[in-house]
Amino acid sequence: MARAHVTTTINGDVVDFLCEADQTLLSALRDELRMTGTKEGCGTGDCGACSVTIDGRLVCSCLVLAVEVEGKAIDTIEGMADGENLHPLQKKFLEHAALQCGICTPGILIAARSLLERNPDPSETEIRYWLAGNLCRCTGYHKIVEAVLDAAREMRS
Amino acid sequence: MAGDLLGKPIPRIEDRPLLTGRGRFVDDIHLPGMVHAAIVRSPLAHARLRGLHRGRAAAVEGVVAILAAADLEPHLATTTLSVGLPSKAYRLVVDRPVLATDEVRYVGEPVAIIIARSRYIAEDAAALVDLDLEPLPAVSDARLALRPEAPRAHSGAATNVVAEFTMAYGDLDGAFASAAHIVRTSLLQHRGVSHPIECRGAVGHYDAVQDCLVLWSSTQAPHSHARMLVKLLGCDENRVRVVSPDVGGGFGPKLVFYQEDILVALAARIVGAPVKWIEDRREHFMATTQERDQHWDMEIAADATGRILGVRGHMIHDHGAYTARGINLAQNSAQIVPGVYRVPAYELRVTLALTNRVPVSPVRGAGHPQGAFAMERLLDRVAQELGLDRAEVRRRNLIPPEALPYRLPIKTRGGTEMIYDSGDYPACQAAALAAIDYDGFRARQATARAEGRYLGVGIANYMKGTGRGPFESVTIRVGPSGRVSIYSGATAIGQGTKTMLAQICADAIGVDVARITVVTGDTGTIALGHGAASSRQAVNAGTSVHLAALAVRHKLLQAAAIHLEADATDLEIIGGTIRVKGVPAMAVGIGELADALAGLPGYGIPGGLEPGVEASRHALFEALTFAYGTTAAEVEVDIETGAVAIRRYVVAHDSGMMINPMMVDGQILGGAAHGIGNALYEWMGYDAAAQPVTTTSAEYLVPGAPEIPRIEMVHIEIPTPHNPLGVKGVGESGTIPAAAAVVSAVEDALAPFCVRIGETPIRPTRILELIAASRR
Repeated sequence: MARAHVTTTINGDVVDFLCEADQTLLSALRDELRMTGTKEGCGTGDCGACSVTIDGRLVCSCLVLAVEVEGKAIDTIEGMADGENLHPLQKKFLEHAALQCGICTPGILIAARSLLERNPDPSETEIRYWLAGNLCRCTGYHKIVEAVLDAAREMRS
Repeated sequence: MAGDLLGKPIPRIEDRPLLTGRGRFVDDIHLPGMVHAAIVRSPLAHARLRGLHRGRAAAVEGVVAILAAADLEPHLATTTLSVGLPSKAYRLVVDRPVLATDEVRYVGEPVAIIIARSRYIAEDAAALVDLDLEPLPAVSDARLALRPEAPRAHSGAATNVVAEFTMAYGDLDGAFASAAHIVRTSLLQHRGVSHPIECRGAVGHYDAVQDCLVLWSSTQAPHSHARMLVKLLGCDENRVRVVSPDVGGGFGPKLVFYQEDILVALAARIVGAPVKWIEDRREHFMATTQERDQHWDMEIAADATGRILGVRGHMIHDHGAYTARGINLAQNSAQIVPGVYRVPAYELRVTLALTNRVPVSPVRGAGHPQGAFAMERLLDRVAQELGLDRAEVRRRNLIPPEALPYRLPIKTRGGTEMIYDSGDYPACQAAALAAIDYDGFRARQATARAEGRYLGVGIANYMKGTGRGPFESVTIRVGPSGRVSIYSGATAIGQGTKTMLAQICADAIGVDVARITVVTGDTGTIALGHGAASSRQAVNAGTSVHLAALAVRHKLLQAAAIHLEADATDLEIIGGTIRVKGVPAMAVGIGELADALAGLPGYGIPGGLEPGVEASRHALFEALTFAYGTTAAEVEVDIETGAVAIRRYVVAHDSGMMINPMMVDGQILGGAAHGIGNALYEWMGYDAAAQPVTTTSAEYLVPGAPEIPRIEMVHIEIPTPHNPLGVKGVGESGTIPAAAAVVSAVEDALAPFCVRIGETPIRPTRILELIAASRR
């Protein structure tokens, strides 16, 4: 079967890649482009570890076919820091130790950034429900919520 | 400066790569020419395997190999995974075969491995392997397994009793004969799967240049994996290397050596290319070990004031289809029932039943939550029987601090004594009660009831033997680069192990944390190790690092004294430099010293010192050190929907001296969330034919951010005398009392309905059933 040619923008760069027609965006990112920051946790859209944004919309990349992103703009964890300068969310996650094993962390950071773009001043409850699609087994969520609140404060000021 | 870092919440050295997408988990490993594996698994819980037809699968373009048991046998010194911890209690030896041969015994049991160009192709082809299976009667429920007429989980076996033992001490008959009150209760305790967000996975690579088989595995215990590979392959130790890369959570079952570990390693050698296998989430529910069910029938004897006289009972434990770890889970449950309480006489008979379900092994807490739940449920019953406050009943029975060290007349699995070493249990309970305003609760409850809302409070104490030995290996080495390397058999699976070790090392030597690199979980760098389990690494590896670092410091000062022509006692280590106190110009870098002590051909080592700047330690621990604590939960139950909301949640605990309080917080918080999941949500279901019925995260119900409350903590730091750092383990502390406290709170909220709860999880539908039953 001929491989599909996809042209897309990833973290601001125009990227061309070849993929299978049945290949998920998650697999294309990881296996074709070797961008392994986006993680697989379930492959069924339950855990959110593979969260990316497509044209600003938060999605599970395990539920999107790679061929669907033709002409679209994708943002992944690899584009979150500006060189060595961490995004405020990354900084606050570091300060609060809002991660342990770190496998869910890229997805949670992408989801949290997506929240703060829509709602720069979320309540704790809003944060918890926004992140309901991102499972974490290590942290009990407490420090994640604290870090997002703290980052939101800093980004507002 | 030495001695100024312990107890400080320094940032974790692990985090920057993880935050920027540069973690290196097993699935992030890409090797040239790598091919991908999928496992053909049994779709039936019990069946005769009459044949395996590979024709359709082999025809799929991109399939490289299909390997069944017979294909592997010529390459193996032994074909079973003999991993059970030793015990005299076994009645049957039921080791897992590398691949099933003539019978399959649980849904998910590996039958063949497919190697293909991509994971997609491998998984598609796996579905096309035709298994010729003749169904056999399956045994699903552990209680039914013990009936004489029950089908056997292994055809032809005389029994389904895989092991049985009794833990007992004291004059039980006397206790029950003289009791003012005897209360009985039956419990069905369910704990589910580990559910790390990273499933299992492995990459096998035969390195022809070095004639070495390398296995990267998402494991908590690379050294025991290497030992197993050597045994299975019948090869030299130096021909096998196992590495744990970044591990995306373990929680117990990643301790186990699985069929896939040898399959991937061997397949790499057979097909001559690196092989990657990544477990998918559905497989995680079928093929990774779990904890599951324990059925307890218990009774407690108390005097007229509520003091415990004796506890006795019987527990049936679902072992699954094979021995994947041992009987330690049931042993842990049984030996921790007395916990922090004075129990003068105790007997628990334990029967481990084989079922046609995936084998069990410890999940975070490792049987301790069930032991605590049993005792705490009994104490609630005593309080109800006597009309006493639940906290007061506990207070009357807690072992007082003046009775420590306290010897429990029970032996650990290794035969050592259980001696509670240090602590203040009544103070801990009092702290938890104060934090949750226990005294003010009845007023809050009454106000809520007047509004038609149902509030309840529950408390639970726990005890956990932590720091299980025998040792953890550590080598610390200072190189000419001036950097300090720590190598350890400890394994980092997300807890912050590398930070913990670096912090202890920096504190002892006096160098900056930034100067330290920590290499864990790589059998190529250190010979011995036991890895992450049993809340053990801070005690075992931490102590070894502390002692090795002190030796390195001593060596550096000796070398510097020679170099600077000064007295060692006049020197100080600041950052990476050693200098004469008060004379900053008289200084030498630690790298320079390491370079001098590395020597040059034909020249002597300065001062005739031993070459090199390094030290190795394996601090030995025979005794456990006992961490303990109290959890208090305040809940609101919606009697229309059965939903439980946790309003307040307090954990008071003593994990000894804290190395890094921020990371201790993290352990408690995550552990508590796991326990809350066990209390209210998580259920690994099987039907009567032993088919798993919850094989996605959504069906199983891992709690998310909305379900988990804010958790308040009270840290009590009473040092253990068992190690120089005074530390006790903390990895499982949050989990152990959670279900007992939450269920007690739910029951308290539903007191107007006289509901009694003896099961976990307690989900909304079950709460509604209990309320409805009480109204009939």
